[in-house]
Amino acid sequence: MELLVASGTAVMTAVGIYLLLRGRTFPVILGLTFLSYAVNVFLFAMGRLAINRPPIINPLAEGYADPLPQALVLTAIVISFGMTALIVVLALRGFLESGTDRVDLEILPETAPTGTQEGGDMAGPRS
Amino acid sequence: MTNWIVIPTVLPAMTAALLILALRHHLRRQRIVSVGAAVLMLALAIWLFMLASDGTPRAYFLGNWPAPFGITLVLDRLSATMLLLTAVLALAVVLYASAGWDRKGRHFHALLQFQLLGVNGAFLTGDLFNLFVFFEVMLIASYGLMLHGGGAPRLKAGFHYVAINLVASTLFLFAVGLIYAVTGTLNMADLAVKVAEVAADDQALLKTGAVLLFVVFATKAALVPLHWWLPTAYAATSAPAAAMFMIMTKVGAYTIIRVYGLIFGADAGPLGAVVEPLVIPAALVTLLVGAVGVLSSRNLRDLVCFSVIASMGNLLIAVGLFDGVGTTAALYYIIHSTLTGAALFLLVDLIATRRGKRLDGLAPAPEFANQTLLGGLFFLAAIGMVGLPPLSGFLGKLLILDATRDAPQAVLIWTVVLGASLLMTIGFARAGSVIFWNNVPPPVATGANPADAGAATPAAMTAGVALPILVVALLVGGTAALSLGAGPATRAFEATSAQLLDRDAYIRAVLAPDASIRTAER
Repeated sequence: MELLVASGTAVMTAVGIYLLLRGRTFPVILGLTFLSYAVNVFLFAMGRLAINRPPIINPLAEGYADPLPQALVLTAIVISFGMTALIVVLALRGFLESGTDRVDLEILPETAPTGTQEGGDMAGPRS
Repeated sequence: MTNWIVIPTVLPAMTAALLILALRHHLRRQRIVSVGAAVLMLALAIWLFMLASDGTPRAYFLGNWPAPFGITLVLDRLSATMLLLTAVLALAVVLYASAGWDRKGRHFHALLQFQLLGVNGAFLTGDLFNLFVFFEVMLIASYGLMLHGGGAPRLKAGFHYVAINLVASTLFLFAVGLIYAVTGTLNMADLAVKVAEVAADDQALLKTGAVLLFVVFATKAALVPLHWWLPTAYAATSAPAAAMFMIMTKVGAYTIIRVYGLIFGADAGPLGAVVEPLVIPAALVTLLVGAVGVLSSRNLRDLVCFSVIASMGNLLIAVGLFDGVGTTAALYYIIHSTLTGAALFLLVDLIATRRGKRLDGLAPAPEFANQTLLGGLFFLAAIGMVGLPPLSGFLGKLLILDATRDAPQAVLIWTVVLGASLLMTIGFARAGSVIFWNNVPPPVATGANPADAGAATPAAMTAGVALPILVVALLVGGTAALSLGAGPATRAFEATSAQLLDRDAYIRAVLAPDASIRTAER
């Protein structure tokens, strides 16, 4: 089981890093997702791998699984889930506004001096 | 009394919820509430600063769980100083944004309050995983702030910013996992005790965790080679957001001071001083990269971004000493560079909006409104950033040079710091002379270029014009006050660094709080 978990984490990390280095937004997002899967499994394994051990107090238990990494993983899952949703929306908006899903920042000559002006006509949605 | 320690995180959280739930359609009331909350926060920070300056670290136990089990918030001189700095910066940013930036997108004030929640929490927490959570709160709010106003370039840069921070967060989790696996705790005070007692077999694993964690903090602090996100992100975002983000690089510096001073400090057994050999060389390269970037920037935004990187280099040289004098210099420089950097970002925005189509590009343009006043402010802020006398940048740099006098690489450090100052002086002088002195006559063909003509006509000093300028002037005035009050300030920071070196006091405050404090906190 140790071998399986360890090599699974390693493969997911490798896949995640490879995808992160791609030039389009979708593979990058997949890469981030793989990395967060890898870190979740990794964190879980940090409490030592144990089978059939309860994490909470039980009079019949012979031993306990460490509950803290499980709580940490839960927090990490929630955060990475939310972040994935955010970055998907961000990538989509970027694609819709610029017409390309490449991640490099092509700087057009007219926008070169950093667009402090866009939306400057106060036409944006007023809250 | 210790109950007050949790309020700097509760107040912004409540304010943000109020802004989103009750006032989402009333910009005016949002401004009032947001400014009010910032003022309250400032008062609270001042009070906590006074409370902390008696020299005893105070711990607050959430849910009254005793230390290694529950989440601990710790107030000592260092966190109180950082809270005060955050509160000052937040008030300036809120005031500036209220003059018009906050209507270019939704929820600016709420996002800002959420970011304050994260930043304050990161300064107060005494638990590594809780630090991760507050980092995330801070970052999630910063994603929203960074994208405030929208537009394709900002969205593209935002994608980079979010992706890089997500990778950093993942590394943070890997590091936390490694540290927990070896020590079985994540409470900073408990870690400080346990790290010294780790078995020889596990030391390599723990060292890996410590260095991974350093990579995360270095990314936040924009230390070379992890600094590339900063110019793109800060140049693409809106001015108030960029000014607020000045505190985020300082969070990176703060966590380096805290974690590698307390947990992996010099006297923490074989794992003490684990990152010490890395910090100063990286900081020197950071300073050089920043200075060269200042020299090669073609617009003011990039210039300011690279000068921020250079100031992080200066700051981390002082941090990298990990001793009393070094930390004193670092604290002085943190405050100076936050105020000056924020003033410069806001100032560049004021200049760019007045120059019509030229924006902040370093090219001649017609004379613009309030040119003399803005030029004077730019001159002062640039003097502060570069580190020429008489403003606080000079004193900060002097403190850093003085602190490194006995360091082994003193000659190298002095050469780089002084050389970088020269490069930055040239860069800022060139930018200032092009923008403020090299004016071309305004275009004669009226109507052909209404944007330029409109920007060139001098605007009357209405409230909408005066308020942002006043905010910038106050920030610059803050650095002047910092240099006037340098004596008392350095004495306070000396006490702070002495307190940081006294790790036992911190550990005792968290792990074995006095009976009196425990009852008071109930």
